[in-house]
Amino acid sequence: MHPITTTLIKRIGLGIVSLFFVTLIIFSSVNLLPGDFVESVLGQTRTEETVKVFRAELGLDKPYHVRYVNWLTSALQGDLGSTFSGRNASYANQPQQSTARTVSSLLQPRLFNTFFLAAMTAVIAIPLSLILGITAALYRNSFYDRTVNASALTAISMPEFFVAYVLIIFLASINQFFPSLSNVTSSTPLLERIYLSILPALTLTLVTVAHMMRMTRASIINLLASPYIEMARLKGMSRTKVIIKHALPNAWAPIANIIAFNLAYLIVGVVVVEVVFVYPGIGQLMVDSVIKRDIPVVQGCALVFAVTYILLNLIADVISIVTNPRLLYPK
Amino acid sequence: MNTSKNNSSLLLDIKNISIEGYSDEAWHPIIKGVDLQIKRGEVLGLIGESGAGKSTLGLAAMGFVRAGCRFTEGSISFEGTDLTKLSEKDKQKLWGTKFSYVAQSAAAAFNPAHRLLNQTIESSLSHNLDRKEKLQKDAVQLYKEMQLPNPEEIGDRYPHQVSGGQLQRTMTAMAMTSKPDLIIFDEPTTALDVTTQVNVLATIRSIVKEHQTAAIYITHDLAVVAQMADRIQVLRYGETIEVAETNRMLDSPKQEYTKSLWAVRSIQKKEQEREGTILKIENVDASYGSGPMVLRNINIDVPTGRTVAIVGESGSGKSTTARAITGLLPPTKGKVLFQGRKLPAKLSERSKEDLRRIQMVYQSPDTSMNPRHTVRDIVGRPLRFYHGIVGNMYTEKVIELLKMIELDESFIDRLPEELSGGQKQRICIARALAAEPDLIICDEVTSALDQIVQEGILKLLLRLQHELKISYIFITHDIATVKAIADEVVVMHQGLVVEQGLKKDIFSPPHPDYTKLLLSSVPEMDPKWLTRILKSEQKI
Repeated sequence: MHPITTTLIKRIGLGIVSLFFVTLIIFSSVNLLPGDFVESVLGQTRTEETVKVFRAELGLDKPYHVRYVNWLTSALQGDLGSTFSGRNASYANQPQQSTARTVSSLLQPRLFNTFFLAAMTAVIAIPLSLILGITAALYRNSFYDRTVNASALTAISMPEFFVAYVLIIFLASINQFFPSLSNVTSSTPLLERIYLSILPALTLTLVTVAHMMRMTRASIINLLASPYIEMARLKGMSRTKVIIKHALPNAWAPIANIIAFNLAYLIVGVVVVEVVFVYPGIGQLMVDSVIKRDIPVVQGCALVFAVTYILLNLIADVISIVTNPRLLYPK
Repeated sequence: MNTSKNNSSLLLDIKNISIEGYSDEAWHPIIKGVDLQIKRGEVLGLIGESGAGKSTLGLAAMGFVRAGCRFTEGSISFEGTDLTKLSEKDKQKLWGTKFSYVAQSAAAAFNPAHRLLNQTIESSLSHNLDRKEKLQKDAVQLYKEMQLPNPEEIGDRYPHQVSGGQLQRTMTAMAMTSKPDLIIFDEPTTALDVTTQVNVLATIRSIVKEHQTAAIYITHDLAVVAQMADRIQVLRYGETIEVAETNRMLDSPKQEYTKSLWAVRSIQKKEQEREGTILKIENVDASYGSGPMVLRNINIDVPTGRTVAIVGESGSGKSTTARAITGLLPPTKGKVLFQGRKLPAKLSERSKEDLRRIQMVYQSPDTSMNPRHTVRDIVGRPLRFYHGIVGNMYTEKVIELLKMIELDESFIDRLPEELSGGQKQRICIARALAAEPDLIICDEVTSALDQIVQEGILKLLLRLQHELKISYIFITHDIATVKAIADEVVVMHQGLVVEQGLKKDIFSPPHPDYTKLLLSSVPEMDPKWLTRILKSEQKI
């Protein structure tokens, strides 16, 4: 078997193991959250009996470990359970008529929205930061390099909501280029969707470019002292060729890592931007569910986040392997 | 008539060139007004110690200065143009076409991300010298001439997939692809084992001769330059000491400094018979993790108060033997007896006293000293750790140790970066002595040093042994060093002990095959040595 296959299998195995631990953490921390869904829904008028029945219906009467195993086994089959809050207390006595929505049906459109925004941001931010990073390395210590560095740092130093509001003022309010509300629905046509999502995507681009661009620049400059770079120069290669052909191919591993890190951030950490633009993403959903103590939805969101993180890091690992001939073609 | 005239015409004429380098917020001279001439097809040997400015001058011959350096004076005239006045763009047109460079470490100078063939033809291709297919065919032809195995396929490999000697030959082929007028060889065989070096030297010499290419051959090894060069130029502190034809230079060097270079290999220690054994290695096997066996059934005796030299090429298991003795790598089989008593295999199971009695000195003093500790801390730590010495006694003892290694007390508060290479190695020796050991393991302690500094360190070690009756295990790949310091010699090859015995017995025939190969591969000062070796090999 090719060594890259064994490495891949090992990494995927490790990913599954860490995912297992993550589910443990998610389950225990969500269940440790203060407050009780049943008591808060039934309110002051609750009787002991209704509480008991309602608990039994939601499965909250079972001990923790049984609930964990149930949740995990159904999650493995793709069933993340039903939401709590879609029910109504009056149905408590007639569970067969329950109108509860499944967590998956709630998650799906939100998840799609979040992925859409992340993809749109990535399409702008990744090429932009690579180009900025490479050119900054090429003209290092020049005026250009300093300007790019300083502006990237400025953008990252400001809170996201502030960047968002500044963009709204200039691009939605003073010059009315784009809408300040991005309330897309599942029936919004693609072009309209893009148009509506431009401001949040720009905001996220501004806050992520600095990381990726600086890492690209640093990893390239790091290599410029290598003997093979001097050799390339002594072979009469131009500065651009030296950087693109000789430095960049050896710098992919750290760059891929920082890109994966930022992509993960775009999926799991953008709730503030979603709130500012009223964008129906998964971050908002999770915050709402925490407020409502809707445990299955919170668990579902957390699980999606964990899978995203692990998958993206796995991809970054794979890129580091396939761009390194030492690992790809063993002796 | 025309060709012969052309052959003797001047190719490169460097006049009064001066180069400065920027460090510590000031410009320091590196090359101070050097002249250098090369005729077409001539090989010039450039020789000197590290820091003499050999590499800087070699690169300057191409009109190249490293980052942080600049030309201040003089001219480099190549076919009538002054390279110091050309723009970077114009010089790029010459680099890789008229000039080629062969670097010291081929492993580091090849880009790990590209296949060898692509790198070989890269410069010719991007300078549009020929079509890709033609260049690839030429490259394969050059691989053949360089006697690379599988010349048709080796180009598809990545640098990490071929050996150091093959890489060095590939790099020479790469330098030849554009049929340059001048090649700069910057210590091309220094990183290679002696047995590999012979072949690389031979192929470089024949290809340079065949293609009538002029070359500057930079090295610190006199014996090597004697084989390669038509003419030798000696550099020191950025100035020319002496220039002469190779034969004349070897026979009658004029300057004192040149003579001292020639005389370095003169230390010869008379070996002494053993009077007892301090350390015994019995049937030791060792491996790293679950990897292949690195040591196989090793048996070595170390005589008391004497020096045993372990010689062999890289990968022969010399340093691993040291790690097995010190307990850093517990053997998988066999045992280590110190003064007749079995030492625990693992470092963590040994007593402080066991640790104190065996000390190590490493090849690179730069990496074996904490750069933030002063000499006082470095030398003093074993005093406190093993002997519990503190207070006034502590400083006194450190000064006493410094005197033993021929440094005065002004060094006590210096940091490693304020010391020269030789002084650093002396501090490492003082640190080992501070523990008052019975046995010191010296792992290639002189390999990173210049010849003259090496001589000083070797004399110091000999004197200390005489005064303190310490036993040494001296690990080296350099036969001259062995001759200078050893009483007994152990020859290792591929994790096996080939033979052990008194120096005079090992160095005189009959030899096992490997010892014979190793000894015959050591370059000699005689300019005809390489030719002679190659002939005798052909006979076999």
